[in-house]
Amino acid sequence: MIRNSENWLLKVENLTKIYGEPGPNTLSKTGPLFNSNICPDTGSIVACADINFDLYPGEVLGIVGESGSGKSTLVKLLYFDLEKTEGKAWLKPFKEGEENFLEVSNQKKRFIKNHLLGMVYQNPRDGLNFNFTSGGNIAEKLIMADEFHVGRIREKASSLLNKTEVPVLRMDDLPSSFSGGMQQRVQISKAIANNPPLLFLDEVTTGLDVSVQAKVLDLIRELQQDMGISMIVVSHDLSVIRMLTDRTLVMKDGRIVESGLTDQILQDPQHPYSQLLVSSLL
Amino acid sequence: MNILEIKGLSKVFELHILGGKKIEALSRIDLSIPKGEILGLTGKSGSGKSSLMKCIYRTYLASSGEIIYQGSDNRIDLVKASDHEIIALRKKKITYCSQFLSVIPRISALEVVCENLFKNGMDKDLARKKARDLLETFGLPKELWDAFPVTFSGGEQQRINVARSIINRPELLLIDEPTASLDLKTKDKVIELIRELRDRGTTVICISHDEYTLEKLVDRRIELKDGEIIQNPINHTLNNLSIHE
Repeated sequence: MIRNSENWLLKVENLTKIYGEPGPNTLSKTGPLFNSNICPDTGSIVACADINFDLYPGEVLGIVGESGSGKSTLVKLLYFDLEKTEGKAWLKPFKEGEENFLEVSNQKKRFIKNHLLGMVYQNPRDGLNFNFTSGGNIAEKLIMADEFHVGRIREKASSLLNKTEVPVLRMDDLPSSFSGGMQQRVQISKAIANNPPLLFLDEVTTGLDVSVQAKVLDLIRELQQDMGISMIVVSHDLSVIRMLTDRTLVMKDGRIVESGLTDQILQDPQHPYSQLLVSSLL
Repeated sequence: MNILEIKGLSKVFELHILGGKKIEALSRIDLSIPKGEILGLTGKSGSGKSSLMKCIYRTYLASSGEIIYQGSDNRIDLVKASDHEIIALRKKKITYCSQFLSVIPRISALEVVCENLFKNGMDKDLARKKARDLLETFGLPKELWDAFPVTFSGGEQQRINVARSIINRPELLLIDEPTASLDLKTKDKVIELIRELRDRGTTVICISHDEYTLEKLVDRRIELKDGEIIQNPINHTLNNLSIHE
């Protein structure tokens, strides 16, 4: 099989998400050429379509684009937060990459989510349970990944909080008593608790002040370097993309309009939209 | 043996924002670079020096032509290579040292210098030792090693930038104005280190406006004008290699 002969960790083919009833021309009448992702015939919304890419082990892939371009939809489809309309995806550590993991049973999806993936949302409220303590949140993820030994769970939780520079003394406090930056770091601790080979980061530094932003970026880079985690980083902040990623996809109106090495995208963008985006950089 | 063979390389920027206006940065460049050479690129601002370097590093996508890279274990056209192939080459074989240091904030000078070694999986303590040795050679004050380079002077940043680019001894080093903001003593040190690197097998392409650096560092120089290579009226070459083969 061609799919197995290359060195990828994640492979995505023709991933598409449409809200509402698509008509026969929904895909051909939407996209960057039409400057719209709303089908003129049926009014259905093409959140993303025809998404194809490979992610290599240890690679950090950036996804940029304006609000509503489909960036978050893309990672949410892969993390099972949303149900795809079309498309296939394979993950090497799941069945040797032979089975399209978007079409497996809910039980298997839970297994993949708990053992192979991690997700950090822009809003810590989406990733953390605010009724649990910070330690409890990490424990939740560990229990789902089949770790039931209380002593080991507490040990792992404190080592993760340590790593992300959250005071371990506050392990038994509720996240609502934390600052935004701390909540974000607890969320990252939780996301990596199961040692996932693949981590999704959705606008993780948006809304944080610059010193906290630097801390979070530093942490992400360290995780990548020390643990070799592959990552998909969604951001509209091109500096974040420049600092963290090797390759970048540019999205507009639900489609990938350009993909390339991050420095090439930033210094020699080809597509009119990428040129506009880069020239808007402060 | 040539490490790089550039044939018919052109680069045209198409600016969609300006209604598809085209700007030609490089025009049909032919150039061969023997392994182990230190090649100096000169020419006025806007002559195409950086464009040529960035096409080799693939920061710019060439519009036409080929750049054949003959590495120790592979032969590949850098114009057509896949993104992943380029990433692999950048990790181990080809390094680009830009004019200005650009790093993640809040990472210490020492860690910045180590980064390429970490990426290649070197033991962290060993990597840090190598970085300390190199920073010592460059004469960067010890009290700065654990500080964040953003606040450093231009010369200090430049030394860190050069150090991080040469620490993993690439096969090909592309280096832009390595000595621009350095005093004479440090300049000599940088020149000496680059020549030492070459003696161990690295090929170097260096952009410089500094006559002193060119005189002391490069084996051969070529001058660019309006995106084309021009014959230099004075023969500065040390070993009389001709510009065109």
